[in-house]
Amino acid sequence: MRGVRPLAVPQVLRDVLAQRSGRIGFVIVCLHLAAAVAAPMIAPQDPAHQDAAAMLQSPSLAHWFGTDRLGRDVFSRTLLGGREAMLIATLATIIAMAWGSALGILAALIGGRADAIVMRFVDAMMSIPWILMVMLFVAALGSSSVALVPVLGFSYGLSVVYLARAATLDFVTRDFVVAAQIRGHSRWSIAATELLPNVRDSLAVQGAMQWSWILLAVSSLSFLGMGVAPPTPDWGQMIADARGIMQRAPWALIWPMLALSSLVIGMNLAVDAWARATGVARNRRVPGA
Amino acid sequence: MAAVLLQRIGLALVTMVIIAVVVFFALELMPGDACSVNLGRGASDSMLAACHIRLGLDQPPVWRFVTWAGDFLRGDLGISMQRERPIAEIVGWRLRNTLILAGVTSVIGIPLALGLGVLAGLNPDGPLDMAISGVAIFAMTVPEFISGTLMILVFSVILGWAAGVVTIGYKAPAFELVKASILPAATLIFILAAHILRMVRASVVEVMQSDFAQMARLKGVPRRRVIWHHVVPNALLPAISIIGLTMAWLLGGVVIVESVFNFPGLGRLAVDAVADQDLPLVQAIALLFGLIYVLTNLGADLVALILNPRLRTRRQ
Repeated sequence: MRGVRPLAVPQVLRDVLAQRSGRIGFVIVCLHLAAAVAAPMIAPQDPAHQDAAAMLQSPSLAHWFGTDRLGRDVFSRTLLGGREAMLIATLATIIAMAWGSALGILAALIGGRADAIVMRFVDAMMSIPWILMVMLFVAALGSSSVALVPVLGFSYGLSVVYLARAATLDFVTRDFVVAAQIRGHSRWSIAATELLPNVRDSLAVQGAMQWSWILLAVSSLSFLGMGVAPPTPDWGQMIADARGIMQRAPWALIWPMLALSSLVIGMNLAVDAWARATGVARNRRVPGA
Repeated sequence: MAAVLLQRIGLALVTMVIIAVVVFFALELMPGDACSVNLGRGASDSMLAACHIRLGLDQPPVWRFVTWAGDFLRGDLGISMQRERPIAEIVGWRLRNTLILAGVTSVIGIPLALGLGVLAGLNPDGPLDMAISGVAIFAMTVPEFISGTLMILVFSVILGWAAGVVTIGYKAPAFELVKASILPAATLIFILAAHILRMVRASVVEVMQSDFAQMARLKGVPRRRVIWHHVVPNALLPAISIIGLTMAWLLGGVVIVESVFNFPGLGRLAVDAVADQDLPLVQAIALLFGLIYVLTNLGADLVALILNPRLRTRRQ
């Protein structure tokens, strides 16, 4: 290396990039993130600007992806359409991971009756399809992006409880945990210093997966008119909007579909590669989640 | 056997009670109630008070929960805010329509998934497996509203084989609904089958490598007999409980798929009820979905118990 230290790329990232699917997924996700960050600067037109003179135009030099039924520029809207959903997904994922893993680790550590009661509740909540759970709250609170964050953070945390508990159960009877108990450490400190470092990888992989599930949830809700509200452009909303005109203006439908699908597929490829690299057993979509 | 059975049924009952508690008290914790949400900000105090008395909201919450759950058991689901009609009347037909859609989906989708799963699992990493698993991963990754819209684009707009959007009313005769459910069911099957076949594939691969399957092959049992008598029965057992769990997804997916195709079922009714801010109706539908889920899972567990004697002894 001629005395120059190589750029410090974490080992995990190198292991992900060593796999072909991991490379593809990583590149797709990075492109999406970069586009989302840079979108307000590079979007050629105001995404909410309606142009009655330019409705349903096919792709041209002025409108790369054409225009929709209100004459809005599909390219600008597609570029900007993931930002709000990604922001909601990021915040909701942090909430879901925080309460889900805390409760799951503690349930596994304490065990006995408390564990049984917690899991019974989590089980029962997961039997209500997530979308109805969310709709229950949306009906009461009205649809707003701000309300979606805690609601999604709560409902998606349920499956995290499961995973964190299962991952922790592998460790609670190990000698080093028993030793910490004998030393008189509190439950919180055992959870934080003995258990958390051991289940960190599983939780991180799960968190990435949760993010893409929540992103899909937000998009689905926007599609149903309960998520990101106009004038903010959003892929789910754009798809719902363009459905009626798919024969005349398929471009208004194809681009947001392609954007959302490619991001989710890229995320899946990257997370699969990450799970293989860390040796974490990775469950695909948890039933009911 | 009886003990295991009772335990399983008792567990289902407890789960149902918890679901009812969650569905009811989740809204109690929210600001506002059915009246204030429905009447809006401009409601006067006397209007609110009259509405509270009409819906019984002036009673203590625990008492209201008991009457709500008790009425539910007797088939009285309360009164819809928006439509001013008994919810049971509104929900009845839609429930039938959703059950027709779910029925068509399961009758075609489950055998298809089992078959494809076994095919893929018998030659893991072969070209057939690569094709099946590739499509399955796509189906599991892409959201329901995109696969549904793609179905309309391909089969209705481009090929013109089926109507893209359902136009019949919710009281249409059953056979018309079966016809109308072709594309929605195809969308649901596409995703449902992907989930089930992945599990079946994994379990076939595992059983093929088990000692008893190896043994049968080594003592010269023909391949076809090994597959049908040794591998398939054992590989399909775990699939039964997966099918039960996948029902949870199916019920959630139904909400979106029904909206995509304008199918007059319970899921779309739920979406309409949210748009109308009709809390009692949303609550009733959420509880119904939860109960259906518990019952299908109970059913799947019972079938597994009947087919698999190994599950019948109580584990520790």
